[in-house]
Amino acid sequence: MDVQLFTDSFWPLVLGGLTGTIPLALSSFAIGLVLALGVAMLRLSAHPVLAWVGRAYVSAIRGTPLLVQLFVIFYGLPSLGLTIDPWPSAVVAFSLNVGGYAAEVIRAAILSVPTGQWEAGYVVGMSRHRTLRRIILPQAARVSVPPLSNTFISLVKDTSLASLILVTELFREAQEIAAFTNDFLLIYTEAAIVYWIFCTVLSFGQSRLERKLEQYV
Amino acid sequence: MSEAPLLTATGLHLSFGENHVLRGIDLTVHRGEVVALIGPSGSGKTTLLRSLNGLATPDAGRIVVDGGPGEQVDLTFDGGPRRAWGRAGRRARAQRESLRDRSAMVFQHHHLFPHLTVLQNVVEGPVQTRGVPRTEAEDRALALLDRVGLADKRDAYPRELSGGQQQRVGIVRALALQPDLLLFDEPTSSLDPELVGEVLTVMKELAEEGWTMVMVTHELEFARAVADEVLFLDDGVVVERGAPAQMFSAPRRGRTREFLHRILHPLD
Ligand SMILES: Nc1ncnc2c1ncn2[C@@H]1O[C@H](COP(=O)(O)OP(=O)(O)OP(=O)(O)O)[C@@H](O)[C@H]1O
Ligand SMILES: [Mg+2]
Repeated sequence: MDVQLFTDSFWPLVLGGLTGTIPLALSSFAIGLVLALGVAMLRLSAHPVLAWVGRAYVSAIRGTPLLVQLFVIFYGLPSLGLTIDPWPSAVVAFSLNVGGYAAEVIRAAILSVPTGQWEAGYVVGMSRHRTLRRIILPQAARVSVPPLSNTFISLVKDTSLASLILVTELFREAQEIAAFTNDFLLIYTEAAIVYWIFCTVLSFGQSRLERKLEQYV
Repeated sequence: MSEAPLLTATGLHLSFGENHVLRGIDLTVHRGEVVALIGPSGSGKTTLLRSLNGLATPDAGRIVVDGGPGEQVDLTFDGGPRRAWGRAGRRARAQRESLRDRSAMVFQHHHLFPHLTVLQNVVEGPVQTRGVPRTEAEDRALALLDRVGLADKRDAYPRELSGGQQQRVGIVRALALQPDLLLFDEPTSSLDPELVGEVLTVMKELAEEGWTMVMVTHELEFARAVADEVLFLDDGVVVERGAPAQMFSAPRRGRTREFLHRILHPLD
């Protein structure tokens, strides 16, 4: 094994993660969560058409590969005259994707709050909207932290797909180094290790967060 | 009782699908009166209480609440579509909200907000929905908590309280809304026997203070002591109504007699 090559490429890969992978994942996750809350509300709507729209969205996202969604946005949309740069394309694709998966998590979390909590909100005079915001969502948030953290960690790994639309992130960095040095096994294994380090740190943060939230439930 | 009744419900009907749960209920409650609802499981007691509070919408009937000048609620239920959306949904919601502002319910299982402290539970309604300034709401809440002996629990979370304490906070949360009418749905039936007394004591004090109350209860002793009128419900109809002393010692109807016998002598 070429130890020199390994150490030389370690920091560029970590840097690719810190400047590409993590910001990409964070921004897509943040936008995706907002979207997911909206989709979850559609899914829970009493209005049949709105509920159907929510269901259709989730079905489309979960029933198609993320890579295909990414390619439709980056390579497909230009033929409609809509050309989006690699970074924003990736953010759009990943946000839409998180929107679909996290919507189901949020919906399940909302449904897990006992109906008595809704009724107690109504009894103290709150509207449906206010009960949702002040009574239901705070309780649902605690339930959804573990599954949403998993969604986030999957997203961190999935951002490697963005290398295929030329976004500079960890894996794109690895591809460039590998092409240059021709040591594919070493570099790609190293990239795997760096992903593993990122994800391990994140799951450590996840369990700390969960322990902290447990005190409040 | 020349004064107009606080609450008048007439001809209430409500079905869940094929299950005709309320079959023409009439109920009148005057200010300061305490009405106890008794009856077997599934007879519709909870559903009736929920209808009075707007948590359930009857298919037919009328509910009038006379909360004083400008505080009139007069609802006629015509069995319109029970959709939660569109114009029908908005109308039903507006009806429910107008009823709910006149009364407050204490649930069988307290349904306190688990993510809020005792004090926050109590002030949430007044601050969020009645526009009471927070400091004023907190002062009032603390006075009420003090009355039921829970002022020192103001910063505790509901899960840190005993069942009896939770239920007393539930009562305070309802009182803080300053409703015209207090509704209790078997507030002691999920409590350990030794905790029942502390909750009934609070309810008895409220009755003596002149609060208007409708309560579902299986505590016949208690109903006899505080209720002005008892309604025996069976199968969605009021089978018998009267003063507790008369009804418990000399029920007129066979079904009432059987029910009372089952409660008083469960082993026979
Ligand atoms: N949300 C609901 N959906 C469908 N059916 C319901 C619903 N709520 C109550 N019911 C039915 O209505 C009937 C009356 O129920 P209700 O809870 O009013 O009875 P109850 O007199 O309070 O009984 P208990 O003493 O057991 O509390 C029962 O048959 C019950 O199954
Ligand atoms: Mg009941």
